[in-house]
Amino acid sequence: MGHEAQETDATAAVDFKEVQSTPRFQELRKRHRSFVFPMAIAFLLWYFAYVLLADYAVGFMSTKVWGNINVGLIMGLLQFVTTFAITGWYVSYSNRKLDPIAAEIRHEIEGHEFDKDGNQITGVKK
Amino acid sequence: MTTFMVPAVNVADLKETTLLNMAIFGLFVAITMVIVVKASKNNKTAADYYAAGRSFTGSQNGTAIAGDYLSAASFLGITGAIAINGYDGFMYSIGFLVAWLVALLLVAELLRNTGKFTMADVLSFRLKQRPVRIAAAISTLVVCFFYLLAQMAGAGTLISLLLGISDWGGQALVIIVVGALMIMYVLIGGMKGTTWVQIIKAVLLIAGAAVMTLWVLAIYGFNLSSLLGGAVEASGNQNLLNPGLQYGKTETSKIDFMSLALALVLGTAALPHVLMRFYTVPTAKEARKSVVWSIWLIGLFYLFTLVLGFGAAALVGADTIKSAPGGVNSAAPLLAFHLGGPLLLGFISAVAFATILAVVAGLTITAAASFAHDIYASVIAKGKADAATEVKVARRTVVVIGLLAIIGGIFANGQNVAFLVALAFAVAASANLPTIVYSLYWRKFTTQGAIWSMYGGLGSAILLIALSPVVSGAKTSMIPGANFAIFPLSNPGIVSIPLAFFLGWLGSVLDKRLEDTTKQAEMEVRSLTGVGAEKATDH
Repeated sequence: MGHEAQETDATAAVDFKEVQSTPRFQELRKRHRSFVFPMAIAFLLWYFAYVLLADYAVGFMSTKVWGNINVGLIMGLLQFVTTFAITGWYVSYSNRKLDPIAAEIRHEIEGHEFDKDGNQITGVKK
Repeated sequence: MTTFMVPAVNVADLKETTLLNMAIFGLFVAITMVIVVKASKNNKTAADYYAAGRSFTGSQNGTAIAGDYLSAASFLGITGAIAINGYDGFMYSIGFLVAWLVALLLVAELLRNTGKFTMADVLSFRLKQRPVRIAAAISTLVVCFFYLLAQMAGAGTLISLLLGISDWGGQALVIIVVGALMIMYVLIGGMKGTTWVQIIKAVLLIAGAAVMTLWVLAIYGFNLSSLLGGAVEASGNQNLLNPGLQYGKTETSKIDFMSLALALVLGTAALPHVLMRFYTVPTAKEARKSVVWSIWLIGLFYLFTLVLGFGAAALVGADTIKSAPGGVNSAAPLLAFHLGGPLLLGFISAVAFATILAVVAGLTITAAASFAHDIYASVIAKGKADAATEVKVARRTVVVIGLLAIIGGIFANGQNVAFLVALAFAVAASANLPTIVYSLYWRKFTTQGAIWSMYGGLGSAILLIALSPVVSGAKTSMIPGANFAIFPLSNPGIVSIPLAFFLGWLGSVLDKRLEDTTKQAEMEVRSLTGVGAEKATDH
């Protein structure tokens, strides 16, 4: 497809292995993974802890806290709260720690292409 | 409290609102059709047709994702499940919501940066194109097919309640109408038209649910505790607010729930029609915004269903719901009728129809793109087909899939909708998610690992379902007379998902051929930085 050929041309000359080995890319990779992996494990553990409690600790989950509102309902609503909180946290982390460095690397690669070939490629101008 | 109540809902009255329901639905179809035709004017390239020219904003796409995700099964199904099974119904919605964190943290942005149109683009990026693409396309088609069947079967059930059409021929006719409308939307509008239908539908659905939620809360003086008390009182079941009503019966059912929870939480980020939506935005940052937007909308909506479910239990009553045509699924429409009479029922019914129409359209374009882009263009034409031919093939595939969905829907009418959706999630989580995660994050992942994981996950999920009580050996089975149910659980996820992860690892470590490390480097750099990612097309 025409589209694909154009795109491949634009980045064909880039030595991705070299980019991959630069300290800056390694830093980006580390920052990304050191946030998403622990966070993914944490929310999955919290979710399955909740599911296990609902399955096997029915008495505890049925304890009334306030009026007809019991521990189970509060825990369930807390799942909503943590989901919203993790979402907000990740967005702020990405904006501060990931996006600037990713944009820097991207501009460097695409700018380099621009210099070497002497003609403009798609995506240089945003 | 009870003095406020209008006399109990009389199900027979519903039939008198049929004309009104049809008129409101007709209005929705007319308005969306105009928008679809307008939106289609710019459909020129493959990127326009499959990915709406990558021109949607994060908030638009996020709303469309919510529209895709909040299917009739989750709107009618979850409200009904809460009304009948109380707390256990609520647990469904939590799984459906938490699952979005997998998409947000691990999948959405990296997928947007590395792919073009389909899930297979990403999976086959650094592995051997042909075998991986075929496997990914097959699992895409299987997941879409089960999901489609669920929606079409749901259409039949819904119609029996909302339009008062209870005979088989009448329901079949309505399924044909729904299918034909959907084919028109997708053929004319492509991804852009489909997306607009989903956005409009999501706004209507969430607004309708919000109005009903406020209404129910107002009846109980905005006191959640007294609403819950009302639900317990009306149901006469003290355990309605406690976990275990549905899944706590036996040790097997408890494990079954674990299995379902696993499939829900890991399946969402691997649903092909959700993944494809990430290509409709111009950048990874917009893909992130889409997920954030959809998490808020979906979360908010599930909080509404909590109120609506217990509201239906309190105001309509479990017995009335169960005996109504459409059974559990009728809780939300009956509550609408109780609150706002024929007009609100008409609105909610029309929204429920629009929901089915929009979700079916989203699934169809995903399946058609996968067939045309992955199987036709890459495998049959070996990459030599031009974009115009590819789109032509995609359009023909839309018609074929639409016809299959109509026929399947007519025959699946009456099947358990929730089961079909759960099966789609289980298959997606088993067949797709391990390969998505491995190929994005594990350097040593190989073609053999991908093939073993995808076919192993797909095969084991389907085999376990076939050998489960869902298909045979129980009163509610698809084949009630036979009994070959040697697998005790209705949900295969707890076995098939770990198995698929294990096979992906085993296949990779046993693979003697090494993968191209240059490609791996390219994928990693592209996925994290967005270098060379497909841009929005200008018009």
